[in-house]
Amino acid sequence: MSYQYPDERGHFGQYGGRYVAETLMPALLELEQAYAEAREDPAFKEEFDYYLKHYVGRPSPLYYARRLSEELGGAKIYLKREDLNHTGAHKVNNTVGQILLARRMGKKKVIAETGAGQHGVATATVAALFDMQCEIFMGKEDIRRQALNVFRMKLLGAKVHEVTSGTATLKDAMNDALRHWVTHVRDTFYIIGTVAGPHPYPLLVRDFQSVIGTEARQQLQEAEGRLPDVAIACIGGGSNAMGLFYPFINDESVRLLGVEAAGLGIDTDKHAASISAGAPGVLHGNKTYLLQDEDGQINHAHSISAGLDYPGVGPEHAHLQDIGRAEYVSITDAEALEAFQKLTRVEGIIPALESAHAIAQVMKLAPTLTKEQLLLVCLSGRGDKDIHTVADALGVTF
Amino acid sequence: MTRIDKTFADLRQRRETALIPFLTAGDPDIATTAALIRTLVRHGADLIELGVPFSDPMADGPTIQAASERALAAGTTVKKVLQLVAEVRSDCQVPLVLMGYYNPIFRYGAERFAEDAAGAGVDGLLLVDLPPEEVDEISTVMQQAKIALITLLAPTTPLDRMRRLAAAAEGYLYYVSMTGVTGAQKISPDDIRVAVEELKKMSSVPVGVGFGITTVKDARAVGAFADGVVVGSALVKIIADYAQSDELLPRVGQFIAELKQGLVEPVG
Repeated sequence: MSYQYPDERGHFGQYGGRYVAETLMPALLELEQAYAEAREDPAFKEEFDYYLKHYVGRPSPLYYARRLSEELGGAKIYLKREDLNHTGAHKVNNTVGQILLARRMGKKKVIAETGAGQHGVATATVAALFDMQCEIFMGKEDIRRQALNVFRMKLLGAKVHEVTSGTATLKDAMNDALRHWVTHVRDTFYIIGTVAGPHPYPLLVRDFQSVIGTEARQQLQEAEGRLPDVAIACIGGGSNAMGLFYPFINDESVRLLGVEAAGLGIDTDKHAASISAGAPGVLHGNKTYLLQDEDGQINHAHSISAGLDYPGVGPEHAHLQDIGRAEYVSITDAEALEAFQKLTRVEGIIPALESAHAIAQVMKLAPTLTKEQLLLVCLSGRGDKDIHTVADALGVTF
Repeated sequence: MTRIDKTFADLRQRRETALIPFLTAGDPDIATTAALIRTLVRHGADLIELGVPFSDPMADGPTIQAASERALAAGTTVKKVLQLVAEVRSDCQVPLVLMGYYNPIFRYGAERFAEDAAGAGVDGLLLVDLPPEEVDEISTVMQQAKIALITLLAPTTPLDRMRRLAAAAEGYLYYVSMTGVTGAQKISPDDIRVAVEELKKMSSVPVGVGFGITTVKDARAVGAFADGVVVGSALVKIIADYAQSDELLPRVGQFIAELKQGLVEPVG
């Protein structure tokens, strides 16, 4: 039987749903209705495809990483180059889709939360393109780590709110974005950056990001004449992973492997591995795996990569874990740093620290596979934004 | 008759509006919260909403966010909040409604929570992030434990939805007076009046109004047409300002007495 989630109430098995304040509920129902109509409208798809092709630069290449494959001495490794998209990551696929939806709904203002700043930049970019007012919520700690992206957003005309509550990272940025949305819900569209939040966000973000897996599937067919043996992607909220996985979900021969951030190790209290080391709970509008204590208070997440530094995960990943369709592993800060340098040296590609987690898993897995096996990896973003973090970690000062 | 129903029935006979203070349990600590609840009741509180602290209070403004942080730092847990209710209940019959977010209750286990809360003497539960679309997962166990699930309605709630929710309401309806977070901005009593009068026609239970009511004047204006007035952030701010002072209880008592005075003889 084919996979059909979410159900009409936005549930993926026991996960997902709409756990929001009443003030937002009508807005979610309106969005659900608007998206259901857009999804069936060929003109909407045509417009989305147009901007993906001419503005984002799609299709992104599927690159055979020959040297990396040879060095690791196992599977053939293919990189889906989302780092080559306009703005440097997969995030823009989703922001193009959502802003077209916002326009269709007659909204003039957009808001977004951001961790590493990639989603903030991607939102500010499309807001500039479509001449909409844009406000971005970003944790103080992330503003410090990602100063370049902050400046980029400001250049694009966005107002950046510094979030100082809680841990001053992505989780708190999302709290403040939700607070702002509650206050301005009548004229504001909230562009959520990942496959999380209340229904219909996990559904529509997955749909917009599915272009990753759909293209990769066709490109790999052209290059190798078959499907991959394993598809690998890093997971914070999990949008690049869901975008890669979803077009393969009914192909049982394709192993789906999500890579969470293990930070300093999942046996410490400094990691962001919600599936590997969390428990089901409710936060930010959805039920999913969360890092939390026994009293249901949300724990601080940690990762060297700001984009993975979140104590939850998209509800569909929680469901895929429970039904065994996808597997989830984790990679430490140190392993990600090593992979970051490895890919840079052997392929001349500087990956985002987020994507370096997927590469690190490839480095573990590829040598255990045969030379005929195919590994498809989502290289979700480029690493320019992380140069300062990496320099710090390696003890280099400029 | 439940404690909530009886309280509103008595108030109606006396032609008074219910004063419903909100405070966060465990801010600054559990023992002080117990003393505060007794002070509130002594000075005219008719029903109390007791906040269960959560690490990520998405519907709250800075004042109640900070109160949650202080309560959690003081070691407040769901279990300790229920113990607090049981202790207060030994000498006080004021209706107590626990207000907060779903995750701590989900983690505690809804069934176990319903049993323990009923045993402690909790009368109602108001979960900001558990809308009617998801409430099914706890409604049966709460009903069995005779804990009223309080429904929130907002200025954005469409009329047909309002009618449907009002018809199914238990305890009282909580009308959110503005689109925003708690304590955030000035309210407009005239706009609220239109919505609340409409709502009262649809509802078989009393209608309380909250979010943004900070002064005696606001409370009096809203009390003229609502069945109950919720005052949260303004009280929580006094608690924060005088937490370390001998003046805490007298200051809180005075504020509550002034608020109640405005609700005893409703204008208009």
